[in-house]
Formats: sequence, structure tokens, C-alpha cells
Amino acid sequence: MSGVAGPVLLDRRRPLTWVSGLVATALVVALVLSLARNPAMEWDVVAEYLTTAQVLDGLWLTLWLTAVVTALGFLGGIGIAAMRLSRNPVLQAVSWAYVWFFRSVPVLVQLLFWFNIGYLYPKITLGIPGGPALLEASSNDLISATTAAVLGLTLHEAAHAGEIIRGGILAVDGGQAEAGTALGMSGSRIFRRIVLPQAMRSIVPATGNLLIGTLKGTSMVSVIAVGDLLYSVQFVYNRTYQVVPLLLVATLWYLLVTTVLSVCQYYVERHFARGSRNGLTPTPVQRARRALTRARLVPSLGKEAP
Amino acid sequence: MSTIPAPRVTIRGLRKSFGDQPVLHGVDLDVAVGAVVCLLGASGSGKSTILRCVNQLERPDGGTVHIDGDLIGFRPDRRRPDALRALAPRELRRQQADIGMVFQSFNLFPHLTVLQNVIEAPVAVRGRSVARARATALELLDQVGLADRADAYPRQLSGGQQQRVAIARALAMDPKVMLFDEPTSALDPELVADVLGVMRDLARAGMTMLVVTHELDFARHVADRVAFVDEGRIVEVGTPAEVLEHPQHPRARRFLAQLTGEPSTDVDTRAVAS
Repeated sequence: MSGVAGPVLLDRRRPLTWVSGLVATALVVALVLSLARNPAMEWDVVAEYLTTAQVLDGLWLTLWLTAVVTALGFLGGIGIAAMRLSRNPVLQAVSWAYVWFFRSVPVLVQLLFWFNIGYLYPKITLGIPGGPALLEASSNDLISATTAAVLGLTLHEAAHAGEIIRGGILAVDGGQAEAGTALGMSGSRIFRRIVLPQAMRSIVPATGNLLIGTLKGTSMVSVIAVGDLLYSVQFVYNRTYQVVPLLLVATLWYLLVTTVLSVCQYYVERHFARGSRNGLTPTPVQRARRALTRARLVPSLGKEAP
Repeated sequence: MSTIPAPRVTIRGLRKSFGDQPVLHGVDLDVAVGAVVCLLGASGSGKSTILRCVNQLERPDGGTVHIDGDLIGFRPDRRRPDALRALAPRELRRQQADIGMVFQSFNLFPHLTVLQNVIEAPVAVRGRSVARARATALELLDQVGLADRADAYPRQLSGGQQQRVAIARALAMDPKVMLFDEPTSALDPELVADVLGVMRDLARAGMTMLVVTHELDFARHVADRVAFVDEGRIVEVGTPAEVLEHPQHPRARRFLAQLTGEPSTDVDTRAVAS
């Protein structure tokens, strides 16, 4: 029978896809219209403040705080994960206790605590215990609001990053490290070259979540008067009372940055999918184009045309 | 040969437990230079653990392994003349680099190409230049019949091809001995022959090999000696003809009968097999 063209085989009809699409579109249109027409949104105010210097300064602080906290947090997280997975029971216990403590205390509480460290330790002294002090400084001078923000967020971030990295390492088949050991490779080389690149496949998606969480988490530093994005818009609306449009300004910026981060995450994930069973899946752009082609909403390419 | 060849691997009194579960109860075994020794036995008898103690993937609880007269994994303790002290990681790695191992599940590095898999350890451990390691790797890949797949990723290869890459990867370190841990057990039947063929060529070329396998034909035709392992002990050792054709130990007789499907002289075989 080979070579004989039989009847054309079609997919079953999927009316629900179309119905749900129409309902969703209607809802989105209604939402957009209601937001656009609501005078309380004061879109002209939003436009006015969206790119003012004060808001952009706040955005800049939010961005660098996120970057610094993420970088330091992951450095610490690698250490935490390595300690937790080591054979040394002391290191295991220390990292467990660290994760237990810093995951348990809310970030907001930590921020307030670091900001008020002067009550607990008025002076911070560097020297020989029981001996002469080499350096001494007032806690309030040493730990500014910004330092408190970096400290509080980083300590929290390291605990979470450590758990993400540990989970990623555990997801790599134990035979991989064994193969490296049998070849005489050093532990650090096995980690860097064999285990970590494979662990990245599960570390990256969780890290994307954590990074976006950190971006939004930085808004908490506004309570200790660090001038981030939220603090900047609050500063404006405390003066002008235009609360809703200014919160909208912050929202739009958070949405934009999160979108950029999500797109980056997608392509980083593709990079670490090298050599995986499923190969590379098409990007959303490619998928959308294919779906539309199938639905014949756009002209299909010459070869596939009936 | 009239003279007895020097032993390459000498195992004496090897003991190992996992938790309170004893796995090896004092194993003695010699592998002569250039010899092939096959370890047979039921699953769970401790065959694989013997291999893994030889290259210290498992640290033995007792007994010693020597390769070319060098004690593996331990050195005499400075304070206690009756004790051995585990080696520092750096010294242990130097010994492990000289012992090739092929795993049942291949354990190729999936994010590296075939060529990268083979040159990784020669470059990182032996300090060879990438160019030289590459040239050697391509020769070895040619030897296992995969020179044209150097740039493929492991997942793009069949199981048999992956295992042959794993053999090339181990050979790239110029090992003194090759350990094979059930190298064909995870393969589809039609792919087994290619891997066994590569191993047979290797044996003919004079490689010293310690092989855990269920392939009786390979043991019969390639091995110099066959050892039968039962419940953590070597209960029978001899030439393939002695052990495979005229096994003395009842457990060996029963096991071989099950493997070949021949009726055993042992009466209770049926009860055990069913």
C-alpha cells in the first residue's frame, strides 16, 4: 500500500478553544476600557511622572539593589549549598541553622532590625577578644539605611539561593560525579565542569522566580527610607495626594522590568538545555507563527500551500 | 608462558558493609598484567562493590588493594604501625586517574559532546594540551568505531555507541587496568555485540581488565580467569573451562544453570527459579 495516498487525516474540531478565546478577549477589552475611561486613574498624571528624575532615580536604586542583592546572595548561596552537601557535620549544621533562621524571619522584620542595630550593639569593634580594640565605629555610622537594606535582603536571599542551588545539585544523577571521580578529576573541577552546568537546568527557572521576587522585595526598603522606586512615588503622592496614578507609575515600571527579566530567563533556559532529551523547543514567536499558520490566519509558506 | 606474570591488581581480605548490611566478607583476587578476569554471580552478590572498592568509589572497611605494588587509597599511619590512613584527596585522585572504569549506565556527560567527554580528563587531570588530547581522542574514537560522531551529544547516540564512547573516555587516561561494571546490561540485545567486540579487541591488545558481566560467551572466549562471587565471597576461581563447564560450588552450578537455561543437576533449582 506504500505510496498510495489515502484520505486526508484531520485533527478533531476544537470549538472550546475558539469560545474561550472569544470570552477572554471580551474580558480583556472590558477591563482595558474600564481602566482607560476611569477618571480616577488620571492617566495624564501617570504620563507626567513616569519619567521624572525622581522616579527614575528610584528605579535606578531598585535595579542596582536587586543586582547587588542577587549577586551577593548567590555567592553566599553557593557557599551555603556547598556546606550543606559537604561531609563535614559541623558545616552541615551551620548551613542548616543559617537557612532555618533567615528563611523564618520575615524580610521586613530583618530590615527593621538591621536599621535599628544601634540599640543592640551601639559600637562595632574590630580587635582581639578581651584585648585592645583595633578599630571602633558607631553602629549608626557604619550601618546606614542603604547598608541595612543590602544586608537584610542579601542574608535572606542567600538562604533561598542556597536551597535552590542545593536542589539543583541533588537533581543531577550521582553517576555524573562518580564518572568524574573515576577519571581522577578534582572535586572543584567536577562541580564546575560536570555538576553545575547540569544543575543549572533546574536552578535557572527557580532563580528567575527568586530574581523577580527580589525585585519586588526591594520595595520593602521604603519602610527604612531608602529611596527605591516605591519610596520615590510615595514621596511624590505624600505631597500631591495623587495616590492611584503614582502607584500606577511604579506598577508600570515593575511590569516592564519583570517582562525583560522573564524574556532573559527564557533564553538562558534554552542555553542550558544543550544536549537534553527534548532538544530545543521553538520560541514563543516561532510557536505563535506556526499556530497562526495552522489556523490559516496568515498565509502559509509556499511549500505547504495546498 | 612458563613464568607466572606479575600481578597488576592484588586484592586481599577486602571487606565492606553498607550500614549494618555486610556486602563483602574478605575477598582475595589477583589480576595478572594483561589478563582478563571476569566476575560472575547473582545480582546483589557484591561483584560491583569489588570493582568500586578497587578504584575507591567506595572506601573498604577492611583489606587492601594494590596496583603494581602500590597500596590504593591508603598509606601506613604515622602513629599506629598496625593501621592504614586514608589518603589525602590529591594523592587519591592521582591513583584513580590510572584506573579506568566503565559503568553500567555509561555516565557520559550529557552537556558535552562526544569529543569533549573524551578529552575532559586528559586535559584537566593529566594537563595535556587540547590539541594533543584531541588527536588521541580521535584515534580512540576511531578504535571504537565512532570517529564520525565526535561532535554529537551523548543523547543522539544509541546505548551501544554511548558505551563505546565511555570506553574511549576511560582509555584516554592510559589506565593501568580497566574495570567494567556490567557494561552491556543496560543495552538492547542487538547492541551488545558491538561493545563486547571493542572489549575483546582491547583484551587482545594486552589491556588488564576486571569485568563484571553476565555474558557467559565473553567470559568463555576472552577471560583468562573466571571468579564466581556469592554473598560477598569468591567461592570459585579458575580458567573459564574449569568454572563454566565444571563448577564445583553448588551455588555456582545453580547460577550457571539458570543463566544457560540448562536443567541443573541440583534438585531444588526449579523451586529457586520459579
